[in-house]
Amino acid sequence: MNGLKNPRILGTLAVLLVVALTPIAFGDEAYIMRVITVGLCSTIAVYGMNIILGFTGQLSLAQGGFFGIGAYAVGLLTTDFDWSFWQAFLVGVVGTSAIGYLSGLIALRTKDEYFAIFTMAIGFIIYLTISRWEAVTHAHSGVNNVKFPAAGDLVDFSNPTAMFYLVFAILLICVYITYAIRRSSVGRTLLTIRTSEDLADAIGVNVGLSKQLAFAASAFFGGIGGGLYASVVGFIGPDAATVDKTFEFLMFILVGGMGTVAGPLVGTMIVTFLFEFFQDFQAYRFIVLGPIIIALVIFAPRGIVGYLGGFVDKRARQRRIGSVGANASSRPHDSTGPEASARTGTSADNVTTTEEKN
Amino acid sequence: MLLEIRGLGKRFGGLDAVKNIDLDVQAGQVTAVIGPNGAGKSTLFNLIHGFYRPTAGSVAFNGRDITQSSPHNSVNGGIARTFQTTHLFDDSTLLENVLAGRIVRSKSTVFDAIFHTPRHRRESALNHDKALEALEFCGVAEFRHDLASNVPQEVQKRTAVAMALATEPELMLLDEPAGGIPEEETTDFGNLIRSLPSRGVSVLLVEHKMSMIMGLADTILVLDHGQKLAIGSPAEIQSNPDVIRAYLGTTKDEEN
Repeated sequence: MNGLKNPRILGTLAVLLVVALTPIAFGDEAYIMRVITVGLCSTIAVYGMNIILGFTGQLSLAQGGFFGIGAYAVGLLTTDFDWSFWQAFLVGVVGTSAIGYLSGLIALRTKDEYFAIFTMAIGFIIYLTISRWEAVTHAHSGVNNVKFPAAGDLVDFSNPTAMFYLVFAILLICVYITYAIRRSSVGRTLLTIRTSEDLADAIGVNVGLSKQLAFAASAFFGGIGGGLYASVVGFIGPDAATVDKTFEFLMFILVGGMGTVAGPLVGTMIVTFLFEFFQDFQAYRFIVLGPIIIALVIFAPRGIVGYLGGFVDKRARQRRIGSVGANASSRPHDSTGPEASARTGTSADNVTTTEEKN
Repeated sequence: MLLEIRGLGKRFGGLDAVKNIDLDVQAGQVTAVIGPNGAGKSTLFNLIHGFYRPTAGSVAFNGRDITQSSPHNSVNGGIARTFQTTHLFDDSTLLENVLAGRIVRSKSTVFDAIFHTPRHRRESALNHDKALEALEFCGVAEFRHDLASNVPQEVQKRTAVAMALATEPELMLLDEPAGGIPEEETTDFGNLIRSLPSRGVSVLLVEHKMSMIMGLADTILVLDHGQKLAIGSPAEIQSNPDVIRAYLGTTKDEEN
């Protein structure tokens, strides 16, 4: 496996391993396990934000709303309608993606800051619907006794550790999907849109359709995160869908690093723990967290993972320059076009590199 | 005929940026559009490629009407373009830039990427090879791991051509490809453009450097104030009195 030599992949795997082992340290403490598991649910939603914001460069502020739709779909269907968790979860995720796709049809007619405001309005509409439509959503009394997933006699998901591993397994799939997208031409498509929509269009990218699908994908992850959250917590109220939730997600991804594979996980876990740590201060915790975030945006605008990634790139480049001459003769000069011979001998010719086939 | 432009026009408000242009681009040729600043050269390109919608006339590519098609459809159909001010993805390496040009020829979806299907693997390898080949053809393969913002202007220009090549076009629209390149390197760059038809890529270009155009183009269209002033071979254009008056301006002093 060539991938194991890649520090980025190694780093991501290390972070996942640390998270996977947390039940060994905190397995007996149900409260901490729940905090971590809720954090993982948020992480999944943040992975959705990573696709639309990190990869595609569109600041969507509807993610909290999508999270809420996923949560309420599972909450209401498993209680008022007595569906099983899995049925409700499936319908919730598909429904959230569909709502995401449809709202994207209108939202993506706007650009940049207008898109941000428009999606924030979508988030508000979802929140208001949930908090006011008493007949269906029970408004502020919320939904109680959301079902745990059932797995026959195999696993008892009311056990916090079992629930943790279920959420963790789904998170792993989300991380892998992000990784697969990042490396494929699909990811390249989204990244070209982030850099320049005009240039993307000029090289044949269907910008409108790609943005549309990215937005639906972000809703898809939001729905998964929300659906799992409802089951983990057992009780949900309208605050599962607030715009505050969106900004929480935004903070997670800013801290972790937009457009990276490990960023959402790292950011969410770190900020969640800071939140817990300063919990006694309630609203005042932002007095401490605010400056930390400002410092981060100033000194590491690409987030923690982006910052570390910068080191990796730098080292890789230095190593490449270090290997000058060793294989300079291996490159065939004759096949490089009619004018290449005129260009040999320029200084840049020394930066011949080893081939990176993957 | 590869590209047929008939009566093409674009009005901005009360101004005719381009008016009543007819142009045929032959397969296997280099066709050039010249004219003073503001003559409507870039507008003409934007009309062909679909960035602007024409207000009159039609464009046909390989006999198919593409007057109303959007840029990404044009690229898909086989027309690539480069921009006057070099447009690259600055934070990416040259190889990644050229790989972006492969997107339009990639058929694998998210699901192929997730399940790592044979199609995805085959396509990734093919894209990598084609991108590398395009970089080599343009003579900038040795810079492939450098960030686009870190290489000299000339390398950027060549990379822009490589990126356009990676989309496997039949026709390439080059908007001032040699702009910003030092005079002594334009010959090399001209050779690159001249070698494109041998790859089956016909060229339509806008250029200011007359010396370069005269040695490069098979056919030249001269625009002035958005309208056709003359069309013909380099020799014909050089001896055309209208062109000399309007563009080369050598008789201007005498007239005054």
